[in-house]
Amino acid sequence: MADRGTDRVKRGMAEMQKGGVIMDVVNAEQAKIAEEAGAVAVMALERVPADIRAAGGVARMADPTIVEEVMNAVSIPVMAKARIGHIVEAKVLESLGVDYIDESEVLTPADEVYHLDKSEYTVPFVCGARDLGEAMRRVGEGASMLRTKGEPGTGNIVEAVRHMRMVQSELKKISGMSKDELMTEAKNLGAPYELLLDIKETGKLPVVNFAAGGIATPSDASLMMQLGADGVFVGSGIFKSDHPDKFARAIVEATTHYQDYDLIGRLSRGLGTAMQGIEISNLDPSERMQDRGW
Amino acid sequence: MVKIGVLALQGAVQEHVKSLKAPEAEIVIVKRVDQLDDLDGLVFPGGESTTMRRLVDKYDFFEPLQKFAQAKKPIFGTCAGLILMANHIVHETTGHLQMVNMDVERNAFGRQRESFETRLSVKGVGEDVEAVFIRAPLIRNVGEDVDVLATYDGEIVAACQGHLLACSFHPELTDDTRFHQYFVQMVRESKETADDTLAVT
Repeated sequence: MADRGTDRVKRGMAEMQKGGVIMDVVNAEQAKIAEEAGAVAVMALERVPADIRAAGGVARMADPTIVEEVMNAVSIPVMAKARIGHIVEAKVLESLGVDYIDESEVLTPADEVYHLDKSEYTVPFVCGARDLGEAMRRVGEGASMLRTKGEPGTGNIVEAVRHMRMVQSELKKISGMSKDELMTEAKNLGAPYELLLDIKETGKLPVVNFAAGGIATPSDASLMMQLGADGVFVGSGIFKSDHPDKFARAIVEATTHYQDYDLIGRLSRGLGTAMQGIEISNLDPSERMQDRGW
Repeated sequence: MVKIGVLALQGAVQEHVKSLKAPEAEIVIVKRVDQLDDLDGLVFPGGESTTMRRLVDKYDFFEPLQKFAQAKKPIFGTCAGLILMANHIVHETTGHLQMVNMDVERNAFGRQRESFETRLSVKGVGEDVEAVFIRAPLIRNVGEDVDVLATYDGEIVAACQGHLLACSFHPELTDDTRFHQYFVQMVRESKETADDTLAVT
């Protein structure tokens, strides 16, 4: 008897990514650079978030040709993004055989009310969250992995830091609560009670939680690991930098040895210019990707 | 007292630490080569084998790990860890650490949607051992000196060559700690033998 698509199989896949870096790529060549640099997975996209931001308009699932090109180029897992609530994009990506789907706020949402019922799929999902309530709503819908939303495509770490600190502090709060406080907390956070009970008992999130949305340097990656991330996603930070190959390798090493400051110092030397960053307060509210999803 | 390390370059490290817990056993997370010196046994966790190999090279773990195996100290590899240990990898020119006389095929079941869990009989470990296979490798061939411990659908998924133990699946993702405790016992026996030899000489 073999059971596919169980929680253990879907969440376990994310467990194997821990301590690693997942990189956004737009073609086979970039995917190979990422794999060579030591990425644990790649996210196949038509455009990296910084370019999605620049292009404007509606951002959709990538052309399956690009996803397949990336899948054929590397042996590490390949992830791809579907629009929030877009059942068909997700089903198409599942049938293509991608290893993980990101139901992502980087793309334009297809549904303003409902996220996908991710428990329906054999393929596992990762979702973004700004706080514990949002994180647990996504797990309640069947997400097998979480990430901070941050503010994608800005090269500005401040939002990812905010979201990681928020989740960690709420996690500690729940762990220290008595059982009779949990139902009210579940109501306040908008989180399923059973998941909060699980957190109280284990003292940790039920799934792996990565950092994403604004990581541009080795120090950024190390910072997020110190704040409690299990690993990092780097979107625009690598292929929008001066030397993608060098940045990719340095970010991988800084993630592994996130407390070795001599090493991170050495890794940061002569890397060239990181991606151009954006100050969050200069973003128009309509340009804030983190506010997509609910 | 035995001291067992979990190689922590990348992958599911804490899960192994949890499953290895036993009386009179200290479990440590290994990130630097100098930590290998006072270990009696070592675990290669699951993760991405290409990433781990790059970090093994980057931090000069390659020779020290081979020496660890040559010193007859027990090593247990799961999934990516098994790939690191194999002499030969199907479709690739060379194996990684080349410790165990076996041919391994990566992602042998296909992609993540083909990943699954089941229960297996594992020689020496027990019946109905919970086994989670994630983008798992298979052992296609083994040498005469390698003992097959478990098969799934006629294919080899766990093997042992003297003090070297490897499986394609992830016992560390379950609450069933029998496989890890089997390894802890291997480490204990290996240490006793080594101590006896030392006493004689």
